This record gives sequence, structure tokens and C-alpha cells, in this order.
Amino acid sequence: MNDESKKVLVDPLVDNNPITLQVLGICSALAVTSQLSTALIMSLALTSVTACSSAGIALIRNHIPSSVRIIAQMVIIASLVIVVDQLLKAFAFEVSKQLSVFVGLIITNCIVMGRAEAYAMKNPPWESFLDGIGNGLGYSLILVTVAVIRELLGSGKLLGIDVLPLVKDGGWYVPNGLLLLPPSAFFLIGLLIWAIRSWKTQQVEKADFVIAAAHGEAH
Amino acid sequence: MEAYINLFIKSVFIENMALSFFLGMCTFIAVSKKIETAVGLGIAVVIVQTLTVPANNLIYTYLLKEGALSWAGMRDVDLSFIALMACIGVIAAMVQILEMVLDKFFPALYNALGIFLPLITVNCAILAGSLFMIERDYNFSESVVYGVGSGFGWALAITAMAGVREKLKYSDVPAGLRGLGITFISAGLMALGFMAFSGIQL
Repeated sequence: MNDESKKVLVDPLVDNNPITLQVLGICSALAVTSQLSTALIMSLALTSVTACSSAGIALIRNHIPSSVRIIAQMVIIASLVIVVDQLLKAFAFEVSKQLSVFVGLIITNCIVMGRAEAYAMKNPPWESFLDGIGNGLGYSLILVTVAVIRELLGSGKLLGIDVLPLVKDGGWYVPNGLLLLPPSAFFLIGLLIWAIRSWKTQQVEKADFVIAAAHGEAH
Repeated sequence: MEAYINLFIKSVFIENMALSFFLGMCTFIAVSKKIETAVGLGIAVVIVQTLTVPANNLIYTYLLKEGALSWAGMRDVDLSFIALMACIGVIAAMVQILEMVLDKFFPALYNALGIFLPLITVNCAILAGSLFMIERDYNFSESVVYGVGSGFGWALAITAMAGVREKLKYSDVPAGLRGLGITFISAGLMALGFMAFSGIQL
């Protein structure tokens, strides 16, 4: 694998992460992360849809008139999502019930559309495929991190297996119920963004207003 | 009647699209910097949601549902698997039609909404409204109420968020948390606030 394709694959992991920097695909990141298993399935579904749709759109990119490109992209993405949805219903029925409408919502997930618009319309299929995988992995990284924290601290389990023995079963860990509630995902992603930006300081946003030093304090 | 009011309250507050299901988050975070733009987008979402949910309800009940085609003599046809495709198609078409109608008859409103109308096609709150309607088996009148309510709830949430962010920009936030980070955390606090509505029954 040459440097160019490696860069396309690795760049979206931290340096240009779809969730924390491009602000794409947040809806599902918040809603499916209370358990690790649903987060993993969702990541897998999204990564495969993004990769395949990018490759498919890149294949026919020179034949799509620009006035109907959104509809053309939508049709490709929607067909792939229907395939994923039917596969999940056939082989992982329990998980597909838990994910409910969120599998269908991959259609409007901005990562898929965003990569199709921004990358696949201008680049050849193989690079677009890698770009799709890379962005899918960047999304999965955030999703899995948040899900591990939420499931481990919220119910003392990982993938349904007891890791921290709970007090009610005679152990020592008191589960933090807040982490099972949806708002905690907001806090975790907010803190994750803080952590990433403290590490990669070039991602820090400029302040709209600089706070002036108070009189007498600046000296 | 009581059931409809209950459904309306439920879809606006208890099951708020933005703050309890986290739908339409991308636009929710990206377009909530100013109150005026947030209100504009909110109105557009209410209009589109009110039109698309009942339209999808009709299409699903009379064309796609298992046995729905029996009026055409095809009793065993079950097309529900293409509901996803049908919904997104209806939404895209509806947005396009709405854009043309507004441009022709209400140019002032059209100019005010500007780029927000096409953006709505990829707003997951709209698609989710139709998918929830299918999943919960709403009938036609329920779907009208649910469409209005869920759109209104989303508009309410983004307006409140924009209000918070207009004040937030004057505050001294740690460098790494500035912008996106603090927006997430304040949205989390708002969502906690909205959880206070859970369990209300009329």
C-alpha cells in the first residue's frame, strides 16, 4: 500500500475525525452507545455502507449529471442500507430490534452523504473505498470508546459479561445510572473532543470574543 | 381528542426528537449559532415534517404494507422492505416541491428560509419521524398530530440551543473545549432538563 492510500485511510482516525472535527454523523453516535454490542454492530454497518457507497458512486461519478447527483447518491446509499437492514434482521434479529430505526437512519447519516459529496465525486473507486473505510473507522473509534465507558461504568458489564461485580450481587461496584441515560453521551463526546484537542492543539477553535484582562490584574 | 392532545404533548416534550432521541443532531449543532437562523430552520422543519409524515403514512398503508395491495387483487404482496427507499424519496420530492411552491407564491418566506430547505432532505429527524410512524403503527390522523408535534419539538429545541449559544460565546471556555466541545456539553445539560418531562401522562 503506497503512502497516499495509507494517508487516506489513517487521516480520518484522529487528525480529521468525522465526529469530533467534521461534526458529521452525530445522531447515531449518541443514541446507540449505551451498550458495546449495539455500538459495534452499528459501526460495522456504517463502515461497510460508507465504503461500498463511496466506491459505487466513484465508479459512476463521470456519468452523473450534477443536477440530479443528490438523488443518484441517495438511491445508491438507500439500496445498500436496505441490504444491511435485511441482513441484520436475518442474522442478528435481537440487535436489529435494539437499533430500531437507527439502521434506516444510516441513509441520512451525514458521514455517508458527506464523503460521497466531498470525496467520491472527485476520486477513483479504490481511493474512495479506502476513504469510506477510514471515515467509518474514525466514527467507530469514537462510538466504541463512548460505548465502553458507558457500559462499563453504567452497568459494570462489557458485551454483557460482568466485569465489575455490582453491589447488589455482593460485589463492590455501585453502578453510575447517569451513564445509562442518553445525555451522558453528550458529556462523554464533549470531554473526548476536549481530550483530542488538548493533544492536537491545531484543532482548537478561535474564540469569538477575547476576554480582556481586568485593570490592575495584568501586571 | 384526548388521545391526540396526549400524543402531541408526548411528541413535543417527552419524546423530543432532538433532545431525547438525538435526531437531526448534525444540523442541530451546525445551525444553532444564531437565534434567527435557528428559528428559520425550525419553521422549515415543522412544515416539511407536517407534510411528509402523513404522506408517508398514506403510501405505507395503501401501497407497501403486507396485504395493502389487496384492492389491486394482489393479496400476498408485502413491499414493506422498500419503505426506507419510499420514505426518503417522498421526503426529497416533498422538499423539492415545497421549494418550488414557496418560490412561486411566498417569495418572502422562500428567501428567509434560503439554503435550509434543501438541507432538510438529509436531516435525520425528518426521516426518523416517518420511520417511527411506521414502527408504531399510527393511523392517518395520529400521523398528522405526530408530524406537527415532532417537528415543533425539534424547532423548540434548536431555538433554545441557539439562545444558550448566543450567550455562551461571551464566556471564558478552556481552549480545547471551545466551540464544539462546550456545545456538546450544554446540549447534554439541556437533554437532562428535558428528561424531567418523562413520565408525564395527560
